[in-house]
Amino acid sequence: MSKKQQVVSMLVDNNAGVLARISSLFARKGFNIDSLTVSATDDARLSRITITTQGDKQVLDQILSQTGKLVEVRRVVAVDPAASIQRELLLVKVKADQAMRSTVREAAEIYKARVVDLSVESMVVELTGKPSKIDGFLAVISQYEILEMCRTGVTALERGSTVLGQDLDE
Amino acid sequence: MRIRGADVITEVLIEQGVDTVFGYPGGAVLEIYDALYKHRGEITHHITAHEQGAAHAADGFARATGKTGVVIATSGPGATNLVTGIATAYMDSVPMVAITGNVGSGLIGKDSFQEVYTMGITMPITKHNYMVQRAEDIAPTLREAFRIAGSGRKGPVLVDITKDATINECDYLPQPGFVEEKAPPENDEAVWEVLNYMGRSRRPLICFGGGVIASGANDTLYALMHKAQIPAVHSIMGTGVLSWDDPLNIGLVGMHGFATGNRAIDAADLVLAIGFRFSDRVALNVGRWAPNAKIVQIDIDPSEVNKNVHIDHAVVGDIDLVLKKLLPMLEATGHEAWLDEINAWRRDDYHPADSRTELKPHQVIKTLAEMAGPDAVLVTDVGQHQMWAAQYCRRVKPRSFLTSGGLGTMGFGYGAAIGAKVGVGERRVVHITGDGCFHMNMNEVCTAVTYNLPVITVILNNSVLGMVRQWQHSFYEDRFSSTTLDRVTDYVKVAEGFGATGYRAKTPDEFADAMEKALLAEGPVWIECLIDRNEQVLPMIPAGGTLDDMILE
Repeated sequence: MSKKQQVVSMLVDNNAGVLARISSLFARKGFNIDSLTVSATDDARLSRITITTQGDKQVLDQILSQTGKLVEVRRVVAVDPAASIQRELLLVKVKADQAMRSTVREAAEIYKARVVDLSVESMVVELTGKPSKIDGFLAVISQYEILEMCRTGVTALERGSTVLGQDLDE
Repeated sequence: MRIRGADVITEVLIEQGVDTVFGYPGGAVLEIYDALYKHRGEITHHITAHEQGAAHAADGFARATGKTGVVIATSGPGATNLVTGIATAYMDSVPMVAITGNVGSGLIGKDSFQEVYTMGITMPITKHNYMVQRAEDIAPTLREAFRIAGSGRKGPVLVDITKDATINECDYLPQPGFVEEKAPPENDEAVWEVLNYMGRSRRPLICFGGGVIASGANDTLYALMHKAQIPAVHSIMGTGVLSWDDPLNIGLVGMHGFATGNRAIDAADLVLAIGFRFSDRVALNVGRWAPNAKIVQIDIDPSEVNKNVHIDHAVVGDIDLVLKKLLPMLEATGHEAWLDEINAWRRDDYHPADSRTELKPHQVIKTLAEMAGPDAVLVTDVGQHQMWAAQYCRRVKPRSFLTSGGLGTMGFGYGAAIGAKVGVGERRVVHITGDGCFHMNMNEVCTAVTYNLPVITVILNNSVLGMVRQWQHSFYEDRFSSTTLDRVTDYVKVAEGFGATGYRAKTPDEFADAMEKALLAEGPVWIECLIDRNEQVLPMIPAGGTLDDMILE
């Protein structure tokens, strides 16, 4: 099986150092991290970490079983792209003088991106969406001069009523 | 009851059944040592020459007894000196709890005297680690540390405690100590499927490793292999699980295993890997390892499945529980043709010739093993002597051959032998080392002298770093870069200087004489054995190689 994009979602204890443990494990086992997000959950004791990575099934299984051994990792699953919602936020600052503004705005509108800042020389555009949508928009916007940009990395939730960590003890 | 944090530490140690600890005092652990002083009737603390020695001692104690070893060190350099010892225990899944002091919580992060981020340093070499900054968190954290160290796949856990947490008072309620609950197999179907694989096999082979010892499954494994007449090979970590002269024990495999074991792996149609992690020193070429076999794995750790070698079927669970489920369901069968084939190969195995006049390393190992007796615990360092010891140690029971298999830590032996001796009491402990390894941590002889521990150290002195030299001979056209030591250390005098006894042997007779005297001694003894620097560990399959690449001369 070939390398492909994998999204791994985990519930971890909200302790100091938990992110270091996970990133240290990925580093020493040679697993890639393409993006990583850490966020609060509805339970103050738990955080959710979402990692996008590359690998075949053997690598994915190793990621899941090695991560699952960490004491502070309560649940870890591979997120099925078909059965989940994945979102990312992009902020991109484009060089745009008065003459260019309308074309940038036009591209943004087609992608349902919003212009959130405007200066004499530049515009900042915000876009939320699937990683592939962000990639598509970036391909278009890169025709202009990008001054700086920032992507948050993927956050993901499974569709339907299943809840990761539902079975966790109180 | 309200007591100081340091007293909570000793109370929890006593709760957990700990009566022996190893360590080294210092500023950040003064309170802990004060509590140890108060409880010196219940907990015996052994101070070593160096924190590394203390960590190896706790490890050797754990390997020899099966109990969780405990080591204590101060902040900063005390903690960093433990690192090699903790990593050694981690790689061989040895249960250990390391307690380190740290500076007061108000001084954390201020580059205070003897401050280091122990958590960060030890994160990748522990099963888990903690930093405790409040007295009331000490008891639950330490209890959790013992639970984690001693359950599932065992390993070291570190608890770093700030000085103020050891000084402050908190409530303490005693609790019963941790008792391991073994994990049953995840599902029985997976266990029955193993029977199907076994039923279809004509040339089955068991490959086992240290997991069998960790699970205490040696008797069950013995019963299973004898009921079904399945031969077995083992990694260095599995040494002693089966008696060396058991006809079904084909012995050591891997880089320096006997040819027969490696041939059996090549010829097998089924490999049952039991507590065996397919290290690169055994599965030298993962693509061509056991090329004709289905591989069935039994292991406590799910992350070992498909880690290095593709597995056809796996059962995750405690090895002893899995084998106990299999045993009654297994048909008593024979594999006569297969066993005959293997036994025919065994007659061709390479064994070096004995000598009457000069000391041959394999002969030294055989003699010391025989003279120390089947009950003795042999502890090695790392290198050629370790491999000769693994090949010729002739052990008959588990936990009687202690070696740093995973990390390959030179300098492991003396500390580990001291810990083992403290753990096994009257039983003999023989430390087998080389002149390279022994120079790393020979200072621990002061510990053996202080506690009057009759550990016998046999030094195979070839005046070179033999294993590296052997690789330089085989693969670097005899460019002996930095491996010709030719040190003039007088081991007899050094031993005497430390208050121990030293002997030197140049012939088999001299060695037997020295060994006889050493066995009667009340304190530590060294025996320096002068061997030829061109001795090689054979056979050898180079890294990444297969049976076809085996070196025999």
